[in-house]
Amino acid sequence: MKTRPIIPWLYLFAASVLILFFLVYPTINTLFISFKDSKSIEFIGFKNYLYVFTNDATKLAIRNNLLWMIVFPVITVSLGLLLAVLVDKVRYEKILKSVIFLPMAISFVGAGVVWRFMYAFRPVEVGQIGFLNWIVVTAGGKPLDWLSRGPWINNIALVIIGVWIWTGFCMTVFSAAYKGLSSEILEAGKIDGANEWHLFWKIVVPMLMPTISTVTVTMLVFSLKVFDIIYITTNGLFDTEVLANRMYKELFLYWNLGRASAIATILLVASIAIMSISVFHRSSQVT
Amino acid sequence: MNVIKKKINRLFLHSFLIFIGVVWLLPTFGVLITSFRTAADVARTGWWTIFTDPLSIKLTLAGYIKVLTHGNMGRAFINSLIVTIPSTILPILLASLAAMAFAWMKFPLRTALLAGTISLVSVPLQATVIPILTLYNKIGLTGKFYGIWMAHTGYGLPLIIYFLYNFFKEIPHELLDSASIDGASTLQIFSHIILPLSIPALASITIFQFLWVWNDLFIALLFLGGNPNAAPLTVTLSTLVGSRGQGWELLTSAAFISSSIPIIVFFSLQRYFVRGIMAGSIKA
Repeated sequence: MKTRPIIPWLYLFAASVLILFFLVYPTINTLFISFKDSKSIEFIGFKNYLYVFTNDATKLAIRNNLLWMIVFPVITVSLGLLLAVLVDKVRYEKILKSVIFLPMAISFVGAGVVWRFMYAFRPVEVGQIGFLNWIVVTAGGKPLDWLSRGPWINNIALVIIGVWIWTGFCMTVFSAAYKGLSSEILEAGKIDGANEWHLFWKIVVPMLMPTISTVTVTMLVFSLKVFDIIYITTNGLFDTEVLANRMYKELFLYWNLGRASAIATILLVASIAIMSISVFHRSSQVT
Repeated sequence: MNVIKKKINRLFLHSFLIFIGVVWLLPTFGVLITSFRTAADVARTGWWTIFTDPLSIKLTLAGYIKVLTHGNMGRAFINSLIVTIPSTILPILLASLAAMAFAWMKFPLRTALLAGTISLVSVPLQATVIPILTLYNKIGLTGKFYGIWMAHTGYGLPLIIYFLYNFFKEIPHELLDSASIDGASTLQIFSHIILPLSIPALASITIFQFLWVWNDLFIALLFLGGNPNAAPLTVTLSTLVGSRGQGWELLTSAAFISSSIPIIVFFSLQRYFVRGIMAGSIKA
């Protein structure tokens, strides 16, 4: 399309100004602030980074983010893939997919409330109002304070909230890709006598690999930046701290701009690393 | 023999899927029931009493009425609308103009600028908020609605530009060429050809941006957090959760009020909803 040379810039103008102001400038500025003191006055070198990697509270946050980044993608991606293949075989596919996708509509804050209620704990004498403890007690066990029992029970309990929210997303993406596979290949596999299990591992999984890696990256990035779920349930207490929540505390509880920026920069670098690995991975597959 | 084996397999399949369905629905269902129970009942028994002892159940709207009037949820609902509507319309308007330039106009550095814009999708919001917040505090923009409108617009732009660019460039260029020959201006081509043809894409990305802003907690806490009169639903709900002594009948009602609009959108526009979420999932 032919236009006068000035026209494209007019179309780009407003968007460019806002992108420069809200994304480009502050990202670069955050890098600088991360090398300055708490009030952002003097440069103090790598001290803020040293703090993040040596302080107990932030080390714990890093550990928990790593736990999230391992457990969360594994469960959401494998369960989502399994469900995508299985729902294809039944007539109530549509309604089941809606049910599993529904948590995506509720905000993470709403989901936090929903699961605080699931995990609610009361002493044995007064009777349980949290569903999980009701099951435990009915089965003859002792009620458990799921969200304060560290280090593993509560962290896994929090990851499960994320799984409940995101599995529907994974399933829906995989389902679309699975339906796009040519039925001839699957039929040919069946005629060759491969059972469902073989078909799944030898044909479905390899053919869906590009989709699997994209979805895995999305899940990794989410677990890197997980904030709402933690903020609303434990706020990082009982050893459940994560980096994004810690950064919020450095900012509004301790008013330390330097440390908050150092955490932000670590999230930035990790996020870019994860995404570029996936881009590299994808382009190497194409060629 | 084979038939029996097949039947058993089907049985396993159905049991597994129905089990998953029940597990996924159960938490929300429990909250929904609880939101209609009386404070006294909620403190005494679990929501499953509706199945184990259905005759003892009394339903009430008291929880909803109380959070709407005393719990600030009514005000918060209005605030969420005030925050969300401009924060949805503005970025989509500006992004569609930019996407038009990237898709159909020639100018120097086009590819580099497009690649730069797309790469910004990978920047986490955390890496941008501190300088913006410092600046907002200086010029008195924190706690103001137009401050958060601009922030959501800026943050939303790269992804929306990318999404609309992909859609715009698939429009057959013969359509644009013939309009151009007939003497249509760029703006006419944009508003009379590109936009009408892109309605499905615009619907998906509008729903995504709407839900993203509606469900956002982080930006709202940072930019509106200090002002309870401007707090949207997510912030007010998180304050309710944090304050001690709130009964579950209130928290569950509040959770449903804050999720009501997204759930309505989900069930009424499911196709666009799912597509929008897919499109936006890479957002940082």
